[in-house]
Amino acid sequence: MSDISLTVNGKRVSGTAEDRTLLVHFLRENLGLTGTHVGCDTSQCGACVIHVDGKAVKSCTMLAVQASGSNVVTIEGLADGADLHPVQAAFKEHHGLQCGFCTPGMIMTATDMINRHPEGLNEATVRAELEGNICRCTGYHNIVKAILAASETMSKGRARQAA
Amino acid sequence: MGIEGVGARVARKEDKRFITGAGRYVDDMVVPGMKHAAFVRSPHAHAEIKKIDIKKAQAMPGVIGVLTGEELKADGIGNLICGWMIHSKDGSPMKMGAWSPLAFDRVRYVGDAVVIVVAETKSQARDAAEAVDITYKELKAVVDAPKALERSAPQIHPEAEGNLIFDWELGDSMATNAAIKAAAHVTRMKIVNNRLVPNAMEPRAALGYYDKAEDHYTCWTTSQNPHLARLVMSAFYNVAPENKLRVIAPDVGGGFGSKIYIYPEEIICLWASKKTGVPVKWVADRTESFLTDAHGRDHVSTVEMAFDKDNRITGLKVDTIANLGAYMSLFSSCVPTYLYATLLSGQYDIPAIHANVRAVYTNTAPVDAYRGAGRPEATYLLERTMETAARELGVSPAELRRKNFITSFPHQTPVIMNYDAGDYAASLDAAMTAADYAGFAQRKAAAKAKGKLRGIGMSCYIEACGLAPSAAVGSLGAGIGLWESAEVRVNAAGTIEVLTGSHSHGQGHETTFAQLVNQRFGVPIDSVSIVHGDTDKVQMGMGTYGSRSGAVGMSAIVKALDKVEAKAKKIAAHLLEADEGDIVIENGALKVTGTDRQVPWFQMALAAYTAHNLPDSMEPGLKETAFYDPSNFTFPAGCYVCEVEIDPETGVTEIVQFVAADDFGNIINPMIVEGQVHGGVAQGIGQALLEGTRYDASGQLLTASYMDYTMPRADDLPSFKVSTSNTPCPGNPLGIKGCGEAGAIGSPPAVINAITDAIGITDIAMPASPSTVWAAIRATKH
Repeated sequence: MSDISLTVNGKRVSGTAEDRTLLVHFLRENLGLTGTHVGCDTSQCGACVIHVDGKAVKSCTMLAVQASGSNVVTIEGLADGADLHPVQAAFKEHHGLQCGFCTPGMIMTATDMINRHPEGLNEATVRAELEGNICRCTGYHNIVKAILAASETMSKGRARQAA
Repeated sequence: MGIEGVGARVARKEDKRFITGAGRYVDDMVVPGMKHAAFVRSPHAHAEIKKIDIKKAQAMPGVIGVLTGEELKADGIGNLICGWMIHSKDGSPMKMGAWSPLAFDRVRYVGDAVVIVVAETKSQARDAAEAVDITYKELKAVVDAPKALERSAPQIHPEAEGNLIFDWELGDSMATNAAIKAAAHVTRMKIVNNRLVPNAMEPRAALGYYDKAEDHYTCWTTSQNPHLARLVMSAFYNVAPENKLRVIAPDVGGGFGSKIYIYPEEIICLWASKKTGVPVKWVADRTESFLTDAHGRDHVSTVEMAFDKDNRITGLKVDTIANLGAYMSLFSSCVPTYLYATLLSGQYDIPAIHANVRAVYTNTAPVDAYRGAGRPEATYLLERTMETAARELGVSPAELRRKNFITSFPHQTPVIMNYDAGDYAASLDAAMTAADYAGFAQRKAAAKAKGKLRGIGMSCYIEACGLAPSAAVGSLGAGIGLWESAEVRVNAAGTIEVLTGSHSHGQGHETTFAQLVNQRFGVPIDSVSIVHGDTDKVQMGMGTYGSRSGAVGMSAIVKALDKVEAKAKKIAAHLLEADEGDIVIENGALKVTGTDRQVPWFQMALAAYTAHNLPDSMEPGLKETAFYDPSNFTFPAGCYVCEVEIDPETGVTEIVQFVAADDFGNIINPMIVEGQVHGGVAQGIGQALLEGTRYDASGQLLTASYMDYTMPRADDLPSFKVSTSNTPCPGNPLGIKGCGEAGAIGSPPAVINAITDAIGITDIAMPASPSTVWAAIRATKH
């Protein structure tokens, strides 16, 4: 067993877990943050994507102990209080989700993708970079649309801040 | 249409919880004292169980219980059943082999559950499961359906001699044979429809909780139809009487058919909770899902299509072998029969049809309905054959189809179905225009100039959904009725709850059903709550599959709304001292038509509950219930066009455009309908290009993870061009046909027709993976 302390969604948290505990299980079972999902056993589906120290990470590929000392953001911590994050808002507006199971991972991946491409995104790039997230409901059509729209919104937001 | 009414593109009410991580799926549920289960599953496709030694496992850390099939049997838990009786053509009933939830004497596929271990943690349960020692005597296995019918094949169930479950036929054999004999041209093909794994992103899960004090069970489960689960677990599996069993299907992460059935695990978790005295949760990992979720398709068919000298179809003869896997899943028998052969007329006027279907056991996962269920198999067979016929006859594939379209309605086909409405030429024209079909030759030439092979293919599909008139399906062998129920509760201050037997696992019912209420009463959709998925809250209902929630589920809501409206108008007329016939509902108020006298909706509702001033003899309250049983199936139809570009050096196929032109009848929310088409088309393209379920000859599933089974990913697919040209369905009050399965039904033949067109070959196996395509191109050069 190991003691684990980290920051999750802006709060300092700590707990004890077996050394073999995956970060996703620590988040879900120890911290009750069930928005992060487990959809496969092979780090393929991306339903468990979170941000660790500002980068998108599949939380099933990391042991909980490895995350000790890190700054983690999960889907529960993405919105600014009652205001949805622009990526969340775009998924709703463009019907980028159906059953909702892959959605948290999709949104966390998309947020990271947009942050890494301040120059803007095109459809081919979005599709290529979504390769690690599987959705069975939407055929990705509206997910791609939502990410492109959110990228636009966020770049306008940055432009306003700069001005 | 108001901004929130029928036909409006309303953003979904349910989205907020999903986009903020607040969805509640079975694996998110925690109840006090809950422990975790792991199953020990057969590593062999076919074996006798000689000995099960659980002692070592019982002594492992954290272990609470290790339970076997012998104990389950001793406690009277019943075998799993198939709920649809099919009779062979000799009149004998289908041969259903026994399926114990936990195998105790023999295992019949890799993944067959043998032992359940309950422990403090999931890891401890898995560790202990590894320590269960089972001695097997391996038997010869068979995975391929035609091989299972050979004399040398191993016998899988004693009940089904030669592994034949039924040998069934539909249609007129003599008339069809005569048509083929007299034909000017006959197109003959062998058609293989590949086995698929549904792969809802949320793995199946169950949480069983036995309350000793009340002698009552609660089951949280990933179900598309919790009431059906309760009925079957009570009536057939002897888990508990219905009044002692509550089934809750909370947020469910996709189903596509795979979550219709009642599987061994939910039964065992309930039973194990009573045996161990703790609530028991099991969540499948992805490999367990691959091994044990009911698979789809897996048909091998031959087809003969006869034409007269004017290229009109005169007859269609089909012989199909359907692989049902190791056990008969809940609705497995109706998929390759009444959901398949009844659609073999397609969009065409075919005077004579005969289909023969043999269903067989193999040592593979059970096969049941997967998105489309039988209808994709019928469409694939028919539309591949039409395409081949057009090439053989040297005519345009579009015009051959158009010439044979059914153009007047109602139309009685030779295979049971009575099509009520449609305009197949309208969909064909819409698809060809959207795809710029006329400009294809130019695009092909441009592709050739850069060394690419370009092809175009189409598919004109029809399906029967809105399942289904109860008496009709009863006469065909169904053990259930396929009506739906609804209850509309108007609260005292005017907000509304709609309780429905339909279940949403991605379809957006919380929005579309509320739009319907808004259309009728002008109440904002935020004031309308849709309640579903809990047998303690909602009266008996039949659930969601077969694109039935709109055509059947919403029709039940309409019936209940009609009753609410009638009573609301009586109350308003009384309050306004007007004639009830003069009351109209507009903008959230009940008005005396042609006057400015009105009573707001909420005030009428309050009057119903204060009951201070109601018409003589009227009961207080405003709550109505309805059951709706459809009078016919509904018949969505459409035309899909796929254009591909193939790199002959690598065999990689790129879908350069995909057009879907559908007729869904009236539409409640176009945004949601388009989303259903996108998802269905993606699954169909997956079947055609990517998804292949492979067992080796010994029955090991080689494609049991996302490393091995190719799921469609964003970079495998294009954006889709979708449109609708709708003819309202005359058979239900809303004119809805249904849209959930169309995409998966219509798309595979369009893709394969495009690939074979590009390469210049007659057929290619699905999935047409790069290596398969590359080999096919190579073969044309020799």
